Amino acid sequence: MVVKESGNTRAPRLRTLTRALPVTPALVILVLFLAGPIAYCAYIAFTDLQLTGQAESSFTGFDNFRTAFEDDAFLNAVWLTLVFTFLSSIVGQNTLGLALAALMQRASKPVRTLTGGIVVTAWVLPEVVAGFLLYAFFRREGTLNAILDWLHLPSQNWLFTLPILAVSFANVWRGTAFSMLVYSAALNEIPKEITEAAEVDGAGGWRRMWHITLPMIRRSIGTNLMLNTLQTLSVFGLIWVMTRGGPGNRSQTLPLFMYEQAFQKSMIGYGTAVALLLLVVGSLFSLVYMRLLRTEV
Amino acid sequence: MRPTPAPFLLATLLAASALTACGSGSGSDPDTVEISYKQSMDNSVRVMDTYLADIKTEFEKANPGKEVKLVPIKAPDSEYYTKLQQMLRSPKTAPDLVYEDTFLINSDITSGYLKPLDPYLDKWDDWGQFIDTAKSAAQAEDGKTYGVPDGTDTRGLWFDKDIFAKAGLPANWQPKTWDDILDAARTIKEKVPDVTPMNVYTGKPAGEAATMQGFEMLLYGTATGATESPLYDTASKKWITGSQGFKDSLQFVETVFKEKLGPDVSDALDPNFATSVRGELLPEGKLGINLDGSWLPQDWLKGSGHEWPEWSKKLGLAYMPTQAGQSPGKVSMSGGWTWAVPSKAANPDLAFEFIKTMQTKANAQKWYIANSGIAVRTDVAEDPAYAKAQPGIEFFTGLVANTHYRPAYPAYPKVSTAIQEAMESVTTGDSSVAEAAKGYDEELKSVTDNQVIKK
Repeated sequence: MVVKESGNTRAPRLRTLTRALPVTPALVILVLFLAGPIAYCAYIAFTDLQLTGQAESSFTGFDNFRTAFEDDAFLNAVWLTLVFTFLSSIVGQNTLGLALAALMQRASKPVRTLTGGIVVTAWVLPEVVAGFLLYAFFRREGTLNAILDWLHLPSQNWLFTLPILAVSFANVWRGTAFSMLVYSAALNEIPKEITEAAEVDGAGGWRRMWHITLPMIRRSIGTNLMLNTLQTLSVFGLIWVMTRGGPGNRSQTLPLFMYEQAFQKSMIGYGTAVALLLLVVGSLFSLVYMRLLRTEV
Repeated sequence: MRPTPAPFLLATLLAASALTACGSGSGSDPDTVEISYKQSMDNSVRVMDTYLADIKTEFEKANPGKEVKLVPIKAPDSEYYTKLQQMLRSPKTAPDLVYEDTFLINSDITSGYLKPLDPYLDKWDDWGQFIDTAKSAAQAEDGKTYGVPDGTDTRGLWFDKDIFAKAGLPANWQPKTWDDILDAARTIKEKVPDVTPMNVYTGKPAGEAATMQGFEMLLYGTATGATESPLYDTASKKWITGSQGFKDSLQFVETVFKEKLGPDVSDALDPNFATSVRGELLPEGKLGINLDGSWLPQDWLKGSGHEWPEWSKKLGLAYMPTQAGQSPGKVSMSGGWTWAVPSKAANPDLAFEFIKTMQTKANAQKWYIANSGIAVRTDVAEDPAYAKAQPGIEFFTGLVANTHYRPAYPAYPKVSTAIQEAMESVTTGDSSVAEAAKGYDEELKSVTDNQVIKK
């Protein structure tokens, strides 16, 4: 039986090989320009390579990783990254995106176009530009405080007192459009008859949402959460422009911590190790979401 | 749905793209000399650009067929160093001539980024005109010289005479101790409430300015500062932890911000704060006392964008006193920048020719005056035309006798960052002085590979 099977697979295997031929150049390029640098990064993470101040680097094994887990600043960055991701991506972008998409289903066409236009504009803006806009919004003499003053409410320096909240809000502002587009597409896929049937059966808006809409778009929720989370984990420019990770280390998420170690303190090896750990965090999130997707099918 | 590798790939790509920098090839045209320098973050300040453009014209005229390509790097100090180091790593991106801060030069020499200039210097007569301390600024532990200094600097207290008059403080103010400074700031806070009483640069966003203009101006004036260097023990070749002077200096910083004698903490921690001090706060009369460097007037000279020729009537100068007025009474720190040739430069000979053009007596003098630098050439220092060229030059040149140089060993840049972190945590009030000093000691151990000694 074993012999028979291997005999049978010979011809298809050849066919697979011939079929693979046209994609080979693409594969080579991918290996060269993507896998190559990544493998190099992975190697550097195990060395003490520095940007300056060192004649030769050497292999140090897991030292960088050990240092990271003993470093309060690293643990602080992990914590802030989780807070930032949870607040801005999972709660903010995701829920707000869904809410906007749901509301827009019911809205008239002009309202839909206008809202969509505004939200998408925030998304299309380069990260740094968005960062500057929100810096201007939150800073001490900024728009937010001007509004608060006008309402006779106490103003404060948001970037200083609540930096992680301010940057999370900024990320919500910037990234909600993506969720909104994903969910709009998903909601359009739901057959009208089902919702109408539920309506006839007397289900109110919330119940329809909970029992019909959400289960039906579950797959999109998973995909959207995964993409949002991965994107949010790597946000750098926005936070850099708004707070530079400060004051102190109070908004220093992992990408900023990594930048500081690698380029400001010149410890490329250590910085790369942190980048690898960031990768692990991203993979863990992906795994969780993928389990979520799998149970459904 | 089957799990796809796409998300992993995406995550990897995002993380990897953060660390792989790409640079454009500079080419190695034998007739072109490529020069990288730091351009001011303030668009209206063009002192360096103007000066180099003039030298470029002169050089191209004297060397027919040769071309100078100026490559400005517009970035705050700390990012300038990083960009430069990345360029120096590869022959494709390494320029022929770079502007190096003496604070980083030893670190870059250790990395093998720079070329020893001794063969050139030996054949260059003008080198004899440079004062010895300046010559040693770019000298490595191997005894070779890697850069030609284009001046030095000293530091002191700048104060606003109008604010002092309003507060009832003397126009010829000269504090004798740290407490005198704090008392003056307290008086300003009380009598002239709408201005910032004093500024001491602090925290990571200010970078080396926080360490040198701020912290070290204090530290070198403590009792610990009476030894050779309060940061580094030359005898044991180790970095010093647990010093009382270190805690006292942090205490001073904490007092300034706790009593609200300094700028608003969020302003003080703005990376561009130094630019606003020079461009707005001082010229607009909104800052009482400023602990800062000798180069400030370069922003106020004619044609600089913030022209403020009357600064010498509005501002007074006082030297920085020692902690309790102990001998020698005054403190100053010195550093400066040098022109260096990368080891991967394509045209080192041409680069050194360019240095020579910049460093004729006339051009050097022009540069010192243009950037409010302190002369490192004896022939210029002795020239009355230089000493009288600007108010302030004599005052700051006079500080050279009591000035200190930083322990410019390869670990210094990291030690400096550790100092900024300690300063920042007392500035924000996140840590007490004792906690911040302890944090520094721990960080020091880790960045110097445990080469520390308790003193």
